[in-house]
Parts: sequence; structure tokens; C-alpha cells
Amino acid sequence: MSLRRYIIRRILVSIPVLFGVSVITFGLVHLTPGDIVDLMIGQNPDLQPGEAERLRREFGLDQPVYVQYFDWITNALQGDLGPSFSQGPETSTLLVSRLPETIALGLFGWVFAMVIAIPGGIYAAIRRGRLGDDVSRFVALAGISIPNFWLGLMLIAIFAARFGWFPVLDPQTDLLSREMLWWLILPGIAVGTASSASLMRIMRTTMAEELNKEYVTAARAKGLPERTIILKHVLRNSLISVVTVAAFITAGIVSGSVVIEVVFGWPGLGQLLIDVIHMRDVNVIMAITLFVGVAIVIANLFADIVYALLDPRIRDDY
Amino acid sequence: MTLLEVNNLTVRFYTAEGVVTAVDDLSFTIDRGEKFGIVGESGAGKSVSALSVLRLIENPGRIESGEILLDGENLLEMSDKEIRKVRGNRVSMIFQDAQTALNPVYTVGEQISEPIRHHLDYSESEAKERAIELLDTVGIPDPQTRYSDYPHEFSGGMQQRAVIAMALSCDPDLLIADEPTTALDVMTEAKILNELDRLAEEFDTAVQLITHDLGVIAEVCDHVMVMYAGQPVETASVDDLFYDPKHPYTVGLMASIPRIGAGDTRLQTIPGVMPDLIDVPTGCTFHPRCPYAEDVCTQKEPGLVDPATGTEVGADADRGASCLAYTGDLANDLTFDVTVGDAGQSVGGESDD
Repeated sequence: MSLRRYIIRRILVSIPVLFGVSVITFGLVHLTPGDIVDLMIGQNPDLQPGEAERLRREFGLDQPVYVQYFDWITNALQGDLGPSFSQGPETSTLLVSRLPETIALGLFGWVFAMVIAIPGGIYAAIRRGRLGDDVSRFVALAGISIPNFWLGLMLIAIFAARFGWFPVLDPQTDLLSREMLWWLILPGIAVGTASSASLMRIMRTTMAEELNKEYVTAARAKGLPERTIILKHVLRNSLISVVTVAAFITAGIVSGSVVIEVVFGWPGLGQLLIDVIHMRDVNVIMAITLFVGVAIVIANLFADIVYALLDPRIRDDY
Repeated sequence: MTLLEVNNLTVRFYTAEGVVTAVDDLSFTIDRGEKFGIVGESGAGKSVSALSVLRLIENPGRIESGEILLDGENLLEMSDKEIRKVRGNRVSMIFQDAQTALNPVYTVGEQISEPIRHHLDYSESEAKERAIELLDTVGIPDPQTRYSDYPHEFSGGMQQRAVIAMALSCDPDLLIADEPTTALDVMTEAKILNELDRLAEEFDTAVQLITHDLGVIAEVCDHVMVMYAGQPVETASVDDLFYDPKHPYTVGLMASIPRIGAGDTRLQTIPGVMPDLIDVPTGCTFHPRCPYAEDVCTQKEPGLVDPATGTEVGADADRGASCLAYTGDLANDLTFDVTVGDAGQSVGGESDD
């Protein structure tokens, strides 16, 4: 089985994608009026004009954009993401300190989305055209329509502030503690709900479509119980398309968690990203954007592998 | 000995356009080991009658009335659990398109073993052994390795053989074959039909063969029922049907079989199309297309009668036709001639040279 070759090929293909992402992000940051030095002057009016020139030279901001980009990517490829202008430590140190929080939140949101979406979708498909299907459609529509920050605020207002079931403030304990899970629940739900809702609809539609296929009638004609038909025959076929979409929602979860981290005071990359965008801290912006890109690439790669495991017809195409 | 007895079966579909009576008061019987053919155009109710036997009619369809007796037990009164014990076990089914009837994500072997484990309580390895034997029996070369192949790795003919193996896996009393060769090319069709014929003998299984192709009927069946608009119009042994058809519709079907060597340059067809089953014609449903139709045909519904005596016959009749000509209601006689080419060779089919 040349699955390994396939994976390697996929990784190679994602390199130009990440390169493109880096060029666009770098360009966009530089198109934005003002830079970190302007901001420093704004905060510190005592700075002399000569001082500003010196700072720009020190940060390399006096060079043309393409030279700056070239410097950045040469260093980045050597593993040096450069200093953070606004935050003090090196970008890589900063990234590593915030990464676990974001990954924990993203994973929790993703798992939450799956755990709700798949059984919910199966249920709606089996009850299609009946009350259960309508209820699930309504819930899904609500889930997609409610803005995540508002949902986050409501969750805080109801379950943290009113009932006091969950802590409100940002976690001060170590990441891998049992309390961590407790803190994750509300932001995780806020992050995962929209994705869960759309995934549930896709699961429902795919499964309803699969249920109409002849192999289902054939399986019934074999005398198999309905449970076996649904959970063995139909589910596996339905998951094939769901897996593809599940990879796409990774992007939604990552961007969603930026907002949610701010709402919940979650000390992850999302909150950091907001801070550094305000400060035009280009190195950190680049690092976070690329991390998001890598995460999405990995999610898609993972989806492709699961896809191949589920569907033997895909395996042959490798 | 009677194996299956269908009495007054009516199946309706409640569609948005209206109520479709797909099968209308249908009765027939199949004896043990008999090869029973049901022939008719698309929409005549053939498949619905087959699916009804296994109670596989899905929404918006509903079996309205009648009884389906398998060895005297009414399948329509069974609990879901009981009917599942019949499906795939005592009565199994072969579908038109093997490619879509097989689940693409499980191996062929797994799909054959599945009912064996389920119905016969075989262990994993015993079931596998039996499945490999079955693959061998239906003529799949190298069954040991082929067991682990996926459906897409099989050719169309092999897929249909695998589906037949699946259907035979629990040694059923009745095998329902719904257009089993329609999706195949002519050469493969002939091979599969021979195989089906041989296997039915070997497994001592009755076959209910559904087809629109009289050639297929001639190849395999002992007895035939011709269906039109959800009702039987003629029932006869294969020989009687081919040499001495009694119903104008049967004659029309036969005339529309292309024959090599026949002088006609135009293919004979029956004018018109099958009626809309929501709004069926009054009287004899075939009258709008029948060259012999008279006024009375639009009013009086013919029952299935013995063409010799004109007396009403039941489901198990050897010979029956539903045409008013045999009850003396028509002013004129039916005037068709049946010419048979080579003696012993029925019309159509791929055995003709």
C-alpha cells in the first residue's frame, strides 16, 4: 500500500499553499497603514524623529517589502521566526507558550462538533420527513445563525454568572489538569456549535441519500436488523463525505476560536493575534497565520487518510 | 406442492400526484422448485409484487390488502423480527444492478458471509469458508483471493454472480430475481441465466424471475404470468404462452421481439404506452391499446378466465387469460396468428441463431 507515498505527495503539494499564504499575509500587513514605530511614537511622544528612523532600521522596516519578506522567509526556513516587536520575547517562545491552550480549545470544540453532529445527523436522517427531522433542522439553523461571540456571552451569563457551574476567569492552573477540562466546556461549546450545526445537516443529507440506495434494500433483503444496516452499512458510506467537510470546518473552528478566546479571556493564540494585529507586530502575525495554515493542511491530510480508510475505491487511486 | 401463495395482493403508492395502484388484486402461486416468470413492461407492477413478498415496499408505498403465504404462513402478519428471519434465509432476492446492490465499502466476501453468520449462526471462520465455497459454486475463479476483493474490483458479470452467491448463501426455498440480467451484456446475460438455472436445480430452490424480456423467460421458466397495469393478463406454462398466447397484449409483446432472419424491416411495437396508474382506464386496462377492443371493453372489467371454457379461474390455474373474448362478450373473434419458427425454439432469446 502506497499510502505513505500519497501522504508525502500531499505534504509536498501543501508547501506552495503555505508559501502563498505567507506572501499574501505579509503583503496585507504591509498594506495596512502605519507600522509599529508609528504606534510607538503615538504612545511615547518624547521619541525624536531620528529615533524613529533608527528603530525602523533596527527592525528592518526601512527596506522595500520584498527584501523584508525575503529576510523573513530566509530566517523562518531556518527556524527563526524573529523577535516580537511588541511582546518582548522571541516569536517562537511566545507561540509555544500560547499554542497548547489554543490546541486544547480547538480540539475540544472539534470533538464537541463531531459528538453532536454525527448522532444528530443519523437521527434526523432516520426520522426524515417527520417531527424529529424538523426539530433537528430548527436546532441546526439556530446553531448556524447564532453568532459565536453572543453564544459565548450567553453561556457565560447563564452557566457561569447565574448558576455558577463553571468558572468565568481565565485559567491559572497548568494545562493538563482536570480543572482544564472544566474550563474548556463553555468556550469549547461556543467554538464548536456553528460547525456542529452545519456538519449535522451534511450528515443528515448524506445519510438520507445513502438510505435511498439499493444496497440498503439489498441489505434489508438479506434479513439484517435495521440497526446493523444503519450503523454498519449506511454510516460508513455517509461518513465518507462528512470526513471531507469535517476537515473544512477546522478553518471555521480556528477563526471562531480567535473571537471566543477574547470573549472568554482564554490565553491562547487567538487573543495574542488580536493584540499583535493592533501593534502591527508582523513577525508574530506571520507566525500565527502560518500556524493556522499548517493546522488546516494537517486537518485535510488527516481527512484524506481517513477517507481512504473508509472507502476502498479511493485507496486504488493512490 | 405450493410454496408461495399470493392472494388478492394490492399495493398502492401515495405520491404527491395521486394514489398509484401498482399492484391490483394480484394472485399467483409458486410451487416448490418451480421456476415462475413474471413478465411485463416497466411499471406493470412486477418489481413491486416481488418486493412485497419480502415486505420491502418503502414509503410512500403500502401493502393495502391480501395475503402472502409462505408454506401456509402469512408473511404480511409477521412481526418485523419474524420477517427478518425469512428475508435472506427462506426467501432471498437478486437485484437488477449488482453494482448498486453491493455495498461499495465492504468486501464481497464479507457481504456474502454476513447473512450466513446472521441466519445460520456460523462463526466468522465457518462463514468465510462457506462464502468461499459459494463463490466457487457460482463460478468465480480463485475464490480464496477474490473473497477479500471489493465490489469495484469485480466485473459486472462477476458482481452479479457474487450477488447470486449472496442470495443462495442460506439455501433459500425461494429466490426472487428482479431483472437479474438487465444490466449485463448479452453474452454475460446468457451465462448468468444458465448459471441461475443450474444453481436453482442444485440448491432445489424455486425461482420467481421478473423480467421484461420474453427471451429470458423462455430460457429459464416453467410457468409465466404476464402483467399489465398491476394485474395479471395471462398465465400459462412457457410452452403454451409461446405457442398459443391467448391475450392480445401477450401477442403484442411477442410481436415486438426482434427476430434475426425475419423479413420485417420494421420492429413491431404495441401502440401507445401503459396507462397512468393514477387514472387507469375503465373496463379492461389494455383496451386503449388493443386492436380488438370493442365498446364493451371500456365498460366491463375482464377477470382471469380459462380461455377454453370462459369460466373464472383462481390463482393457481395452469392457464388463464383476462380478455372478454373468452367470456363471449366480444362480437368479433381475436384474429391473430402465431407463427413459430424453428420447432422447439421459442421466439427471442440469445439461443437463437
